[in-house]
Amino acid sequence: MIVELGHFALILAFAVAIVQTVVPLIGAHKGWRSWMAVAEPAATAQFILVAGSFAALTYAFVTSDFSLRLVVLNSHTAKPLLYKISGVWGNHEGSMLLWVLILALFGATAAWFGGNLPPSLRARVLGVQASVGVAFYAFVLFTSNPFQRLAQPPFDGQDLNPLLQDPGLAFHPPFLYLGYVGLSICFSFAVAALLEGRVDAAWGRWVRPWTLAAWLFLSIGIGLGSWWAYYELGWGGFWFWDPVENASFMPWLIAAALLHSAIVVEKREVLKSWTILLAITAFGFSLIGTFIVRSGVITSVHAFANDPERGMFILFILAFFMGGALTLFTARASIMQAKGVFGVVSRETMLVANNILLAVSCMVVFVGTLWPLFAELFMDRKLSVGPPFFNTAFTPFMVILALILPVGAIMPWKRGRLGRALKQLRWAFALALAIAALAWAMQTGRSALGPIGIFLGTWLVAGAAVDLWSRTGRKGSFARLWRLPRADWGKSVAHSGFGITILGIAGLLAWEVEDVRVVAIGETFDVAGYELRLNDVQELRGPNYFATTGFVSLIKEGVAVTELRPEKRVYPVAGMPTTEAGIDNGFLRDVYVVLGDRQLDGSWAVRTYIKPLANWIWLGTIVMALGGLLSLSDRRYRVAAGAAKAVKPTQGVPAE
Amino acid sequence: MKRLILILSLLVTPVLAVEPDEILADPKLEERARELSKGLRCLVCRNESIDESNADLAKDLRLLVRERLVAGDTNDQVIDFVVDRYGEYVLLKPTTGGANLVLWATGPIVLLLAIGAGAMFVRSRRRSAQTSDDLTDEEQARLKEIMGE
Repeated sequence: MIVELGHFALILAFAVAIVQTVVPLIGAHKGWRSWMAVAEPAATAQFILVAGSFAALTYAFVTSDFSLRLVVLNSHTAKPLLYKISGVWGNHEGSMLLWVLILALFGATAAWFGGNLPPSLRARVLGVQASVGVAFYAFVLFTSNPFQRLAQPPFDGQDLNPLLQDPGLAFHPPFLYLGYVGLSICFSFAVAALLEGRVDAAWGRWVRPWTLAAWLFLSIGIGLGSWWAYYELGWGGFWFWDPVENASFMPWLIAAALLHSAIVVEKREVLKSWTILLAITAFGFSLIGTFIVRSGVITSVHAFANDPERGMFILFILAFFMGGALTLFTARASIMQAKGVFGVVSRETMLVANNILLAVSCMVVFVGTLWPLFAELFMDRKLSVGPPFFNTAFTPFMVILALILPVGAIMPWKRGRLGRALKQLRWAFALALAIAALAWAMQTGRSALGPIGIFLGTWLVAGAAVDLWSRTGRKGSFARLWRLPRADWGKSVAHSGFGITILGIAGLLAWEVEDVRVVAIGETFDVAGYELRLNDVQELRGPNYFATTGFVSLIKEGVAVTELRPEKRVYPVAGMPTTEAGIDNGFLRDVYVVLGDRQLDGSWAVRTYIKPLANWIWLGTIVMALGGLLSLSDRRYRVAAGAAKAVKPTQGVPAE
Repeated sequence: MKRLILILSLLVTPVLAVEPDEILADPKLEERARELSKGLRCLVCRNESIDESNADLAKDLRLLVRERLVAGDTNDQVIDFVVDRYGEYVLLKPTTGGANLVLWATGPIVLLLAIGAGAMFVRSRRRSAQTSDDLTDEEQARLKEIMGE
């Protein structure tokens, strides 16, 4: 019964979305206030209905209702509760339901917090947002209905893919989707502004918090996915340039560019058409990502769904929204005249450079991801584009970006002097150089990769600190530091997060130590200054798996640090093996142990890694997201949200 | 229970990517073998190199690479040997010749175009910065009108 209610609620939400698309858009066009006013309650109603629908599906998973096809395919009674819940989105149908839930959530929040928007703009934003909703409700209901019953329910389910039964991956999709789908609201704002025929500083100010929110969720989502790959796939890589990873990385890059160009629109009223274009393409990349993942067109580790019909449907949605928005964009190009003027050496120019680097690097990822498909379709060649390509073609962009970032961040608006900016940053530069030289001196006979990465990372972190300090005035004062706007803090924190991630990547890639050997039980071996002892290997049972667990003592200078438990698991229901690495997380290094096969003489193959600075990769991601959060909680947004209807919206800042 | 045991025995348990018995005695050769393995795709896996993969085919390929190295092949000869037998699909780093040139050139060319467009935009903004200080004829006339009154 509850399942049917959920199904029905989803159909109702579909109907509400249609109303929310048609009525407010007509109302805004004709200037009928009462029609425009439909958008707000409709957005709320739509959200409540989808949330109810989602709750019904979750209920079916938690109670293991095996009359539901989806639950049979993706759940099992023995599965821990957490994974029964995460099983809801650990499959195609459920994840698409999560997609529309988040789409409706963003629509509803735009309705709740959009009180300071002009009524016609708000009606249009919500109308456009609902139109995206209509397309995806249709997709879910007609091609991927999660509420299909079975005539003869089996006694038990077929279990969730064991790789997904993991805390890191349980929460990876919701965050990723909050980011992915969050970009839909930027798209809606862009299209609404084009329909409205006005793009001004106020628009830049409204769209920025939404971009910021989407970007920070996307950062967390990508970070979780990368962390999961690190400890779950068994050799401790953190990024594989897999098509599905790229699918989430491309919107992230564009969202980062949008984040910065929206500042230029807000402060200086230039780069308007470019920003609108970014807002449209950012969501376009989300849709392309959804297409890549959901159609399975490019086979990859994560593609769980293979169904051409669904792929065609998403491709059609993509073509419709991108085609429509871009046509509208060209038709309305005249409304996006730049107002502000600035010199060649200025923050504006540096932000243009930032956007160029981010957008072109995204282009490289895009071409690299789709090239195998293109080659197969048009040249009849079957080839691969793997990590070596991306490392070579993509990394230079990030190196240049990291080099110019601190200079750009400290550069004043309108007109700056390069010499002055460099002079301010001289200590940051000297510090970065010193630490890089130290790293160079300490390593023997290895590549220059490590020191270069260390230089860039330190340069970014120190540069961000200098930037923040310079905001406190000519002399600088600690008291003033705490009173700086949170947006300033957010900027510096996010930029140093980028630096920390670079430090982590450089450390891991340059100084990793690997050791592969056969070890008898009780035997001790040395890896890079650590002593490891394989104490025992036991066969154990988990709630829904069998495990072969190794007990490995980690000893440093005669003192036992910890006991690691690398595992090999077999999930009998799903019929799949997984590896669980034994990891000792440390601030400066991880010790990473993987248990291999039992040898004929009863000893075991063991693979050990020392991974320097590994955790900094994800620490940096968290710091970046934290910076986004700080910026999002800046006073001007809080005040704008609280002031709601009382205050008339600012109609742009004066150009000069 | 019988079925379960059967399933368990049929399952390939995850093994190490590079297994201890594969490692060559000569560390120089072994290092070259590892480097080559990282650029070769495990054909039955999804986006994994033979260096990372646990699949049997990857193991065979790893052994093949080592065999060729021990036989005295150069790195290029080993790669050619593998590509001759498995096709260019096996290369994780696509070749730079022919149509693949488009793939490799995309980044630099688009970057140059973007820099060109960006530079033009920045210059146009600066020019309007200079001209905007001067009044247009209309504005001059209007100014005179105001001043005159």
